Amino acid sequence: MKDDVMISAENVSKKFCRDLKLSLMYGVQDIAYDLVGIDSHKNKLRRNEFWATDDVSFEVKRGECIGLIGRNGAGKTTLLRQINGLIRPDYGSIELNGRVGALIALGAGFNPILTGRENIYINGSVLGLTNKQIEDKIEDIIDFSEIREFIDMPVQSYSSGMQVRLGFSVATALDPDVLLLDEVLAVGDQNFRAKCFNVIGEIKKNAAVMFVSHNISLISLVCDRVIYLERGKIKYIGPTDAGLKKYSAEAATNANLKDYTELLEAPINKFETKLNCNELKSGADITAYIDLAADEDIPNAHLRIIIWDDKEIGIADWSSKRSDLNIDLKKGENKIKVSVGPLILKPGDYWLGFILIDNTGLKNIAWIYRKHHFKLTGIILGGYTIQFGMKEFQLN
Amino acid sequence: MNKTQKFDYRSQMKQPFKLLGEMFNDIWVGRQLAYQLFKRDIKARYRQSFLGYVWAFLPPIAMTIPFVLLNKNGLFNVGDVKIPYPAYAMIGTILWQVFVDSINSPLRKMQAAKPMLAKINFPRESLLVAGILEVFFDFTIRLVLLFFVFWYFKLELPSTMFMAPVGILAIILLGFMIGILLIPIGVLYNDITQLLTLFMGFWLLLTPVVYPPQKEGILSLLTEYNPVSPLIIATRNWLTVGSATNITEFTFVLIVTFGLLFIGWFVFRISLPHLIARTGS
Repeated sequence: MKDDVMISAENVSKKFCRDLKLSLMYGVQDIAYDLVGIDSHKNKLRRNEFWATDDVSFEVKRGECIGLIGRNGAGKTTLLRQINGLIRPDYGSIELNGRVGALIALGAGFNPILTGRENIYINGSVLGLTNKQIEDKIEDIIDFSEIREFIDMPVQSYSSGMQVRLGFSVATALDPDVLLLDEVLAVGDQNFRAKCFNVIGEIKKNAAVMFVSHNISLISLVCDRVIYLERGKIKYIGPTDAGLKKYSAEAATNANLKDYTELLEAPINKFETKLNCNELKSGADITAYIDLAADEDIPNAHLRIIIWDDKEIGIADWSSKRSDLNIDLKKGENKIKVSVGPLILKPGDYWLGFILIDNTGLKNIAWIYRKHHFKLTGIILGGYTIQFGMKEFQLN
Repeated sequence: MNKTQKFDYRSQMKQPFKLLGEMFNDIWVGRQLAYQLFKRDIKARYRQSFLGYVWAFLPPIAMTIPFVLLNKNGLFNVGDVKIPYPAYAMIGTILWQVFVDSINSPLRKMQAAKPMLAKINFPRESLLVAGILEVFFDFTIRLVLLFFVFWYFKLELPSTMFMAPVGILAIILLGFMIGILLIPIGVLYNDITQLLTLFMGFWLLLTPVVYPPQKEGILSLLTEYNPVSPLIIATRNWLTVGSATNITEFTFVLIVTFGLLFIGWFVFRISLPHLIARTGS
């Protein structure tokens, strides 16, 4: 039972077209060729086409969870849609064993005017449940969604989070052998998400799971192996840890090349920054040098230093106001040196930027977004970003 | 349970019997879904409406009134139609409306379900079946209007009225066949929907809906080569005067319709993955 190969993909390739008008024309052409049974043209690219999935082969066994990672547009969803049979490959083949449950969209087929209860029936049948199965499970579905008191209200009055809850709850009634998940849990609150992962964990025991997510910690938690896609090609396939390491290393170098956003408003006409280092130990301090020029005096300015993580989420900041600092900038050149810390953060890649606010406290006169990349080194032991220290410990 | 699915790059037409099996299987598997979708659309339509079912009556009434007025003032002379002209025109427009609804249904259902089609693999035939059910449902409501016309004009139902359901079924199938054949191009290009609206206006006037079939002239030629005219003429005759004289044409159209409907279904199956890939999510 355990060693059953549930998903097997061989040389799967799919081409997309960059231009809509051409794409529609190719569509008509492809339909015509398919109708008369001609396949010989399928492995060649036409004008303005590219491989969205390029010669992808892999196998997933029962009880195994594979994470699909890669940057936006790497072809993760396209691959998943081919496995789901929504679109057919232009080359190669995919074989699936057993019942397939795909959560590429939650709440598909929901009609906003109808009530939650009515929509459970519709969504359930769309996902392949029989009326009998839905009737048997509807109470469980409503309980799982935790929105019993709203269940007879029209879905259009639900918040987006509630709609996702309802959608996922219906999906929990499925009992698939192959489960395909595409970022469906990006919404919804923490508690509900945790509940969903328990369900997925249950399903995983008996099924093959494929999982698309940008959430690295989620992938490392759930997946046994990862497939790292780049421009439709498999760049890496293998154990999760090694794959994630490769992925984040490359994401970091890519980000370094990326242009950062920098906005300067009068009276600031220059705002040059640098850091004392770009690799330091977790828990150390970091020093920034700012070289700025103003057209007039700026009394009582407010400077902030912000740190972002690799998902572009701001996670830590320092504020001169919080440090009871009065920064009186003079007309002309000003040089600032500021050391902040300790940065007790999980080892990894971070970005640092600045905001300078004028004395009204309302206007950003300099805004340097994610300019400096730096790496925190150390041993990764815990999963969370902010890692606090210890003041006392007793063991009796 | 242990079924194996294989998605291959090769055209499904290379194994037509396997495809045929899948097609019928999907119709069967999707029967409950079709009913759910039908219920959803009907409920949603009438729940957000004040006039509700009246909307089913309005199009044929609105279409009949101008012709009746024109006829009354002698501007639109149709000759002897054996029954009062308003009844004649009303029956015609009700039948025509069923035809129009059947043509529009497949493409409309596909367009409305685009987000669902892009993201979920379900028996897509259910969408089409739900559409047919909706056409039947609307027609059933309009039967009330038909009964009212018969009562008001004190018309007698001839014994051939039992043939009328066959005629109506034929009208629906013909419309549906055309609708299904339009899906591949219609989903890719919006032009089809626009053209269809434009074209149906012409087609109405070129079909003996509000006037009896002509014996001579260009109109008679158009009636002869118009697939929907024998169906409408025969059905109306079965409902009113008794016998229909054009059974041969009727049968011919019906047989061709069945054949093309089947071809249309194949084309639908083959084109679906392409349509989903090209129109995206």
